[in-house]
Amino acid sequence: MTTSTGGTTKVPAVLVLEDGRIFRGRAYGAVGETFGEAVFSTGMTGYQETLTDPSYHRQVVVMTAPHVGNTGVNDEDPESKRIWVAGYVVRDPARVPSNWRAKRSLDEELRHQGVVGISGIDTRALTRHLRERGAMRVGIFSGNALPDEGTMLAEVRQAPEMKGANLSAEVATKEPYVVPAIGEKKFTVAAVDLGIKGMTPHRMAERGIEVHVLPATATVEDVYAVNPDGVFFSNGPGDPATADHAVSVMQGVLERGTPLFGICFGNQILGRALGFGTYKLKYGHRGINQPVQDRTTGKVEVTAHNHGFAVDAPLDQVSDTPYGRAEVSHVCLNDNVVEGLHLLDKPAFSVQYHPEAAAGPHDAAYLFDRFVSLMEGQRA
Amino acid sequence: MPKRTDIQSVLVIGSGPIVIGQAAEFDYSGTQACRVLKAEGLRVILVNSNPATIMTDPEIADATYVEPITPEFVEKIIAKEQPDALLPTLGGQTALNTAISLDENGVLEKYGVELIGANVAAIHKGEDRDQFKDVVEEVRRKIGHGESARSVICHSMDEVLAGVEQLGGYPVVVRPSFTMGGAGSGFAHDEEELRRIAGQGLTLSPTTEVLLEESILGWKEYELELMRDKHDNVVVVCSIENFDPMGVHTGDSITVAPAMTLTDREYQILRDIGIAVIREVGVDTGGCNIQFAVNPDDGRVIVIEMNPRVSRSSALASKATGFPIAKIAAKLAVGYTLDEIPNDITQETPASFEPTLDYVVVKAPRFAFEKFPQADSTLTTTMKSVGEAMAIGRNFTEAFQKALRSLEKKGSQFTFVGEPGDKAELLAEAVRPTDGRINSVMQAIRAGATPEEVFEATKIDPWFVDQLFLIKEIADELAQAPELTTDLLAEAKRHGFSDQQIGEIRGLREDVVREVRHALGIRPVYKTVDTCAAEFAAKTPYFYSSYDEETEVAPREKPAVIILGSGPNRIGQGIEFDYSCVHASFALSDAGYETVMVNCNPETVSTDYDTSDRLYFEPLTLEDVLEIVHAEQQAGPIAGVVVQLGGQTPLGLAQALKDNGVPIVGTPPEAIHAAEDRGAFGQVLKEAGLPAPKHGTATTFPEAKAIADEIGYPVLVRPSYVLGGRGMEIVYDEARLSSYIAESTEISPSRPVLVDRFLDDAIEIDVDALYDGEELYLGGVMEHIEEAGIHSGDSACALPPITLGGFDIKRLRASTEAIAKGVGVRGLINIQFAMAGDILYVLEANPRASRTVPFTSKATAVPLAKAAARISLGATIAELRAEGLLPARGDGGELPLDAPISVKEAVMPWTRFRDTSGRGVDTVLGPEMRSTGEVMGIDSVFGTAYAKSQAGAYGPLPTKGRAFISVANRDKRSMIFPARELVAHGFELLATSGTAEVLKRNGIHATVVRKQSEGTGPNGERTIVQLIHDGEVDLIVNTPYGTGGRLDGYDIRTAAVARSVPCLTTVQALAAAVQGIDALNHGDVGVRSLQEHAELLTAARD
Repeated sequence: MTTSTGGTTKVPAVLVLEDGRIFRGRAYGAVGETFGEAVFSTGMTGYQETLTDPSYHRQVVVMTAPHVGNTGVNDEDPESKRIWVAGYVVRDPARVPSNWRAKRSLDEELRHQGVVGISGIDTRALTRHLRERGAMRVGIFSGNALPDEGTMLAEVRQAPEMKGANLSAEVATKEPYVVPAIGEKKFTVAAVDLGIKGMTPHRMAERGIEVHVLPATATVEDVYAVNPDGVFFSNGPGDPATADHAVSVMQGVLERGTPLFGICFGNQILGRALGFGTYKLKYGHRGINQPVQDRTTGKVEVTAHNHGFAVDAPLDQVSDTPYGRAEVSHVCLNDNVVEGLHLLDKPAFSVQYHPEAAAGPHDAAYLFDRFVSLMEGQRA
Repeated sequence: MPKRTDIQSVLVIGSGPIVIGQAAEFDYSGTQACRVLKAEGLRVILVNSNPATIMTDPEIADATYVEPITPEFVEKIIAKEQPDALLPTLGGQTALNTAISLDENGVLEKYGVELIGANVAAIHKGEDRDQFKDVVEEVRRKIGHGESARSVICHSMDEVLAGVEQLGGYPVVVRPSFTMGGAGSGFAHDEEELRRIAGQGLTLSPTTEVLLEESILGWKEYELELMRDKHDNVVVVCSIENFDPMGVHTGDSITVAPAMTLTDREYQILRDIGIAVIREVGVDTGGCNIQFAVNPDDGRVIVIEMNPRVSRSSALASKATGFPIAKIAAKLAVGYTLDEIPNDITQETPASFEPTLDYVVVKAPRFAFEKFPQADSTLTTTMKSVGEAMAIGRNFTEAFQKALRSLEKKGSQFTFVGEPGDKAELLAEAVRPTDGRINSVMQAIRAGATPEEVFEATKIDPWFVDQLFLIKEIADELAQAPELTTDLLAEAKRHGFSDQQIGEIRGLREDVVREVRHALGIRPVYKTVDTCAAEFAAKTPYFYSSYDEETEVAPREKPAVIILGSGPNRIGQGIEFDYSCVHASFALSDAGYETVMVNCNPETVSTDYDTSDRLYFEPLTLEDVLEIVHAEQQAGPIAGVVVQLGGQTPLGLAQALKDNGVPIVGTPPEAIHAAEDRGAFGQVLKEAGLPAPKHGTATTFPEAKAIADEIGYPVLVRPSYVLGGRGMEIVYDEARLSSYIAESTEISPSRPVLVDRFLDDAIEIDVDALYDGEELYLGGVMEHIEEAGIHSGDSACALPPITLGGFDIKRLRASTEAIAKGVGVRGLINIQFAMAGDILYVLEANPRASRTVPFTSKATAVPLAKAAARISLGATIAELRAEGLLPARGDGGELPLDAPISVKEAVMPWTRFRDTSGRGVDTVLGPEMRSTGEVMGIDSVFGTAYAKSQAGAYGPLPTKGRAFISVANRDKRSMIFPARELVAHGFELLATSGTAEVLKRNGIHATVVRKQSEGTGPNGERTIVQLIHDGEVDLIVNTPYGTGGRLDGYDIRTAAVARSVPCLTTVQALAAAVQGIDALNHGDVGVRSLQEHAELLTAARD
């Protein structure tokens, strides 16, 4: 156990929103400045997974749970090789980590990876502000000599917006790699990495799938070069409206009729491939308590979400698409946002949320089994 | 899938009297359920023997039976009401056990009653240790996680002793099956402890079954609250982490929500196990609670137990999250699914989600060991706390320190002045979990203990230990800073320091700190409990304070009335006061006010977010209340603050609130003083020409001795300004008076000791009345069964009085009016009188709602607390009569002759406490109140009503068998007639030699049995204690001897408790019991709902 030191660092920090609202607190993690889109996440556990989720690239994440860092940082729970959030906002960071798996404190980890954060602000006030005004650009400035408020605000307003951002290539692997099946290998899946989380190929591998993770720039030919039984499109950051390349690759897969599964960004890509539009939600869904109904069974699952955009598809009718009939398979009961699509005439489906659930509940893990069934069906 | 259409009427079983382990939380959950079912158009039939509940208010159910919760009585109700369904999961273990009995004895089948919200197979799977182990094994097979502690089930002492060998030796945990609140369980470190704990456990368990288990002392402890609907949708409503590690009952632990020290992976494992368990057990619909132990070294998870019903923790989880578990459980039971039920708080999103918190909730238990000085105060797996306080803050330190000050107990807040003591001693002290261990830990930290040392001693998680260090470091900064700067003060407030604590550290008065703080602009803001961490807008104003930036209190137009609640339940101040506060809220809301409730007790109806227009879940200290008043003043007009309904807690704040400019409505602080201050009250009595027992006030022994010498022994001594007779004692001689004064720590020049003449053989009378300044409404006159000298809270009483005549009532009315007028009451007043000879003495007056208000209200079918609230805000009794809130004519003093007789009986917590050598505590009643709750028996004649009250409190009176009688000399004369009656009813009498001799001389045969002190006879004749233990005695009458000899009957009485044999400790109770036995032996005892009683009463009044 580390002996505690007299309170957290007292270096001042300021959080500046693009609409001019300012919160003053203390520096957390690295000292410096950072910019991004301010979003809030309501999960009470799983900060390590959140920080390392590539979908948070260029976003400044506000944690609504006041205590963050209590269990420190371990080597097993990250969802990728690095922290992706652009900045981190917490109320009461832990001074001492406590968990038998903890290797170091979160504060150290953030500093080590150069992630600028702020602590000690009214995160609930900030969350309510974002809920009412929508996600917006933000800057965090920390250090003993801070610029004046006008200068900081001007800098925030110069930062790029999330709408129209094409970010997959920035976070995805540059080289293909293989995640071997656990136990007997039953299938091969080509997974297009648009910002994939580590747990996703793991969940497939647990089911006997050998996963070939391909860069975001992979072509239809690259996909079929691995001779896949199924193709997977991952989650990832950015505006789906910019993902033309991924959309065209998916259309190639749909034409061939290979079993297809998409998660999150992958759901938006399927939506676009089918001819639906996408739109930016006011403040998105980010948390691990969202009720989603599977419209095929009527059952409700509690699910992990991280999306700022959504598919615009009709909820209560079957749509005709170039790839046959499609319908909305899952819907969020909080606000009726489309949470899943499936094709009635081809083996393809996707969900907007995170069945791999890291962090989050395991209620939706059956979707990986559904993917396996599709691949089995295709073989039979 | 909407609700079922095949159910038109539902029987709901409540939980009966408040006992340790089963308290007000079941009134909260039962009330919610009844309201929901009624709103669904169902006919709701309720049975609950506890009158001090909101759920037994006649408007909550369609037919309310205040009858004993025993299979016999519930069957009578079923036969009469013919309900379609029975909902047994909202009344704690009492309701569940009763429902199982009714299922097993075929009553449910006979009357075609469907059990909803639970099925018997699932209840057994969840509660039976053996079956639950299989459940956990099956879960492990399916999902790969979770296991049971290694254990053996035993049905006899031989099996118990063999079991220890199987587990590999001591220590082991002993858990009896099917007992509530973990009654009878504990840790055994050697064979002697094992024999004692397991022996008692085998007796307590209705199935004579105990479980022995490997020790997981010191592991981390967690609870999950889950709900499942008929479509198999499952949600986890809340996770709770115990600050105190395994070994302390969760009801006695400081607990925290949400869990603070789990990674997502570990949390999801618990969630997966929880869901798999609820499915495997087969809870069809409703809530359940699952407890886990997690090994801090490697994360090994052990599933400890599950409750397939709404529990104490569900109530806590509901208050902690804003997710109303009981309400939703009731809806699920009648066929809804989670996604069909809207979330009340957001009103837009469904209930099929998991609440997420952006705050921290801390619950702290409140104990009453000071009432049971003999009892072992070590905390174990048997629950011993009598109440709890919950606090909410934006971080742990804030919530934690708020929770500690919510306990309202001397020394419950951390103190940072004075010498902490010796580090090693403090650490050694902290090893043993007790009430107040947390203070030893803090003092050890002050004395230089390291975090590692604290963890070693207590196994409290290092993260929590660091939070304690954080608090201590801030205290150091406060102490060392040259001045109180804005930053420092704000930081201290942010971590929950009270103005009083800061003042203590800085050597300033509390009000000076407050002035400085206000001058610096440091005030709390109020945040909303919204289930969703602000993701959606909250429509329900359920607030908590935090030293943060943005407040969420919305402006309002209507004048607000702020009602101060009663804080944590404790002996002497329990659910009865919550009842009155809730009534005030309802009545004032109907009268057009915006109602604002302040309370910190999670078990209550008052802290339900839909009881009042606004709820502040806050400590009831001057500082916290002043800040709320300020926040509400900013929001709109305030009509006033009600202090007379929440017991002594708000009453104690009245003067200080007034001094701070807060408008108090109803009885003004000066009048409160006039009633509570001996001198002022004496003046009131003198002016009214009313006698009080001779008395005086003393601050030293010589003063006390002078008074006692003058008025004569025995004298009744007590500290001033206390509730529940705390520290009160009947002193028979000078030696004891001297030691009493020496031992009492409460006595100081500003808190003198009161010395009263003790009235031997007096009848004690309680009166509840309303006064509006002009007119008196006598709410009810209660005649105590036990003589004066037994605390009124522990005494049984009858209403209407059974032996007082019209002349007595007239005198009582005149005296009550004179006192109410003289004191200056506006609202309720409770007066205790003693009738000795022909003189009516005034013992004391309380210018507030009393403990008996709910009982009086139910017995006379008049809502006294509602009327009091209205009078406080200016209505007159005449107006309330005209409105129909009070009867048009007459009052509770002049009930019609055929009015039902109601008997209130107190319920004592004897079975919960043992001394350090494992013996029971003595059960003798005295001037200090020790009961935790009460029941009411109502019937047309006294005997039947008394028999019902006994059945509700302790189990049915025996109607035949063996009665043992041993009474003090002074009681011998009055014992003869009841003893003769017992014989007439066919009882065989046993008696000790002295008593037997008196009986014989009066022609009553009694078999002489050996006293415990005489030991076993030469031919193996057993002593009375052995006979009791062998189950050969059905009724015990044992009155304690005056002075010195109080312990003579100790072994008898504790044996009675251990064997659950009815034990009467006063001759008055014996006389009443004989009438009860007579009633039971004279044909069938019927049941009648309060609504029927009220109808008859109203008809008789007209």
